[in-house]
Formats: sequence, structure tokens, C-alpha cells
Amino acid sequence: MDKRTKILYGALLLVALAAPFVGGYPIFLMKVLCFALFACAFNLLIGFTGLLSFGHAMFFGSAAYFCGHAAKAWGLTPELAVVLGTLGAAIMGYFVGWLAVRRQGIYFAMVTLALSQMVYFICVQAPFTGAEDGLQSVPRGKLLGLISLRDDTAMYYFVLAVFLFGFYVIYRTIHSPFGQVLKSIRENEPRALSLGYDVDKYKLLAFVISAGLAGMAGALKALSLGLASLTDVSWQMSGEVVLMTLLGGMGTILGPFLGAATIITMQNYLSGFGSWVTVIMGITFVVCVLAFRRGIVGEIAYRLKAK
Amino acid sequence: MSADYILETQHLTKAFRGFTAVDGVNLQIVRGSIHALIGPNGAGKTTVFNLLTKFLPVTSGRIVYNGHDITSEAPAQIARRGVIRSFQISAVFPHLTVMENVRVALQRKLGTSFHFWKSDASLAHLNDRAMQLLGEVDLESFADTETVSLPYGRKRALEIATTLAVDPELMLLDEPTQGMGHEDVGRVVELIRKVSANRTVLMVEHNMSVVANLCNTITVLARGSVLAEGPYAEVSKNAQVLEAYVGSSEMEAL
Repeated sequence: MDKRTKILYGALLLVALAAPFVGGYPIFLMKVLCFALFACAFNLLIGFTGLLSFGHAMFFGSAAYFCGHAAKAWGLTPELAVVLGTLGAAIMGYFVGWLAVRRQGIYFAMVTLALSQMVYFICVQAPFTGAEDGLQSVPRGKLLGLISLRDDTAMYYFVLAVFLFGFYVIYRTIHSPFGQVLKSIRENEPRALSLGYDVDKYKLLAFVISAGLAGMAGALKALSLGLASLTDVSWQMSGEVVLMTLLGGMGTILGPFLGAATIITMQNYLSGFGSWVTVIMGITFVVCVLAFRRGIVGEIAYRLKAK
Repeated sequence: MSADYILETQHLTKAFRGFTAVDGVNLQIVRGSIHALIGPNGAGKTTVFNLLTKFLPVTSGRIVYNGHDITSEAPAQIARRGVIRSFQISAVFPHLTVMENVRVALQRKLGTSFHFWKSDASLAHLNDRAMQLLGEVDLESFADTETVSLPYGRKRALEIATTLAVDPELMLLDEPTQGMGHEDVGRVVELIRKVSANRTVLMVEHNMSVVANLCNTITVLARGSVLAEGPYAEVSKNAQVLEAYVGSSEMEAL
């Protein structure tokens, strides 16, 4: 990491720590962090491995249910509920990934979409999801059984800590020996194979990490908003995370974060427009694809490099 | 199995729905030689490469490498045995730097390629070896360049450096000089000659002056079968070979 990047990360961390005290609305901030983590996890696949999953909501949403159920029905402490959601999503990711990495390109996307639709309909039918109502008033509980998270600011710092951990895992993965192989697979899969790398195994591990962290994001979301619902596992959610990542800049480290923040902000502050929000988001996406295909962060990085 | 042969195929056959692309090919590659596979377009040369590296499954026949039957092994397994191929179009990792291209190949032997919790600083000790390999193909000064911006000839040189990084026993080169300007061809020929010391090279090549200049043995394929085999002087006078090439531009070089 060079000096400028360190300063940038440091400044962002300070902003995140100070946000609730300078007028940031904690529920909104938590939502941004949850979706940012979701998008960063998704970006590990599309941006650094070259795999377009069109079913990532199944990990996000299922983990929200796992975590919500564990906190509500079993009374687990929040950190354990999040761990459970993460592991559950990672295990699902193993099976889904095992099936999906055998196919490439659009077929890979279709396999993930089909499986996520199966998960959606299981969630509609299953007894513990609350079907149309969802799991409501999920308790936040006490961190380690000691510190109550009922206060939004306290909860915000818990979410921030978990987010930072997840973000670090992604950063580490990208900048690791494993990450180097992932990038080579993204760049030229047959060549990586011909150098002796079992590309399917590398893709599978990347898929499991991505699914687990998407689950971590979903679990956090269930706790902070007190709700796990069918929206979280729907295909629209899978589409939204694609949108966030592309808008922010896929294959960049901060892009998905910025993309998620932009989309959540739009959804929040434009909610007065009703269903027009979807249209506005659609137009934003079209403009993004036409005018700055690299995404916000990607475009900035490109301009800086060209200078 | 004679120990002189590094690679042998027995009745190697590949059929695609009623079309037999490769038909009972028996190849014997002598260890330490440079062996060319030539033939008119559609003769099945690249298909043979894909079969040898298992990018395509074999319909029937056997492939024996260093005395092991590798017919049913996976592509990555074959690569790890030391059979490394190149591709017709240049096979580089375009958005990695030139140095990273070579280092990705070097890092496999460390056995840490699944370690996602480790810093990539743990790969830094490979940089010297990577620079050395880049030096062999005159690319040191490009080490930090993003590969996509290299000229075509340089990309092919990088590809050879990357292949050398995994220290292959048998290199399969698919048209290494295709699409190159005159000076680049000369450079690549010298490079192949240099790297073929202590190695075996099997190459598909259309440029007959390259083949004449470089290769010990030539196998001519036509319609999926071996038409002739032998040193250049012999093969180039073979009546059947001349006939197979009639009207095709490659023959003008013969």
C-alpha cells in the first residue's frame, strides 16, 4: 500500500468513526455498511475472478434468516448469530459454487440465478422464515452477553467493526498469493490452466469466501434493521448488488463501497418519488454504462493514471 | 516403450460428431529434439495439441509421457508433469504487469497459491528469478509495464518467459511466429533455439523457413493422419506432401 492510499483509508476510517456524531443517521449508516460489504464480497468474484454470479441474494438473504432465527428463536448473542449466518452462507456457497464453476460465462450466471430462485421459493414455503411477513423484530441482544446493542449508535459501532473485518478479509484475499492466481484466471483462464493451476478449485474457494462475506453482510442487516424478509433473497436483490458494483467500479477496492453508498442514498432520499426510484436508478445505470463504463472509482483511477 | 521418446501417441483419434479431425496418429517425439507438426489448414494440428494437453478429451488411442499413460489425466495435472503449451493467439495476462505475468507462473511451486490470508509480499523473493527470466527474452526494461500495452512480438516473448518459469520438460508451441513482422520472427527463432537446450519442443508452424532452420524432425499431417515424417530435406521432396500442399501458399516456401 503506498502512502497516498494509506492516508485515504485513514481518512475514511475517521469519517466512519465520527459519522454518528456529525449528523449521520445511524440506521442509514448501518444500511450503507451492510450493502457495501455485500457489494465488496460480490466484487471479489466479478472484479477479481471474472465470475458473474446472478444469485448472490441467496447468500445475503439466507444468512439474514439464519442470523434472525438464531437471535430470535434461540436467543444467541449477536456476534454468534452473525458467525452462524456467515458460516451458513459459506456452506451454501460451497455447494452452489461446486455446481456453478463447471460452467462459464452466461451459463455460470444462469446456474446461480436458477439456484437462487430455488432458495427463494424454499424461503416462501419454509416455516421459520415467516413467508410474506418475514422475520420481524429480530432482537439485537447483548454483545458477548454484556453490552446492549439496543442503542443505534452502539449497534453502529458493532456493524462498523464487523464491516472492517470483512473488508480486511477481502483486501487480504485480493493481495495474496491466492489473489494473484485469481487475477490470472480472470485475465486468461486457459493460460492459467496450462500453467498447471486447477482453475476450478481456485474459483470454488473464491466463491465460498464471497458467499460467506455476502452472508456476513446479510446477517448484519437482519440485526441492525431487525428484519429478514423475502426481499433479501429475491432476484432483484441479486440485480441490485450487480448495479452497485458496476456503478462504483468493478475490480476496484473502494468502488463497490461507493456504489452501494450511492444506491442506498438514492433509495433513501428519493423515496418520495415512489416507484419512480426504480426508473431513476435504471437511468443512472444506463448513464454509467454509456458514459463511464469503469464506474466512479474506476474512472477516477484511470484519469489519475493517465496524467 | 523406448526411453528415447519423451512423448508417444498410439492411434490417437478425435471424432467430432461424424467428423474425424485426428485419425489414428502415431507420434514419437525424441527427447531433446525440436519437432515440427506441419500440414495444410484443417489438418488437425491444433486439435493434436488440444488432445496432448487434454483441453479436449481423446476419443480413442493412448498418450504416453515419460513412460506414464496420461490419456485420462486433467489439463492442470499434465501441466504439472512438465508439459506446457502455448496458444495460437498470444497467451498473456493483459492487465497484470510484465513481471507479474512471469511471477504467477513461478509461484505455483511455492505451494502457497491457496493461501488467501497471506500477503503477496511473500512472493517478493521470486522477483529476482522473474527478472532473470525477463532478461533472457530482453524484457527487463518492461518489468513494470502493464502487459496489454506491449507490442505483439514482445507479448510472444513474454509468453515464452512465462512458460520457461515453470521449467517445462516439453514445450508445445502453437504457431509461435504467426502474425509477426520479419525481425520479430528472427528474434523468436533464436529464442526458441536458446530455450530448447535441455528441453524438448513440439511446435506447429506454417513458416517453412523457420521449420527448416530450427527443427530436427517434421511430421506432416493431412486430414487428420500422418502423411510423412522425417528431416526437412526428406519431407520437402516427398511427392505425397507436395500433392497435399498443391495450390496452398505455404508450399511456395518449400
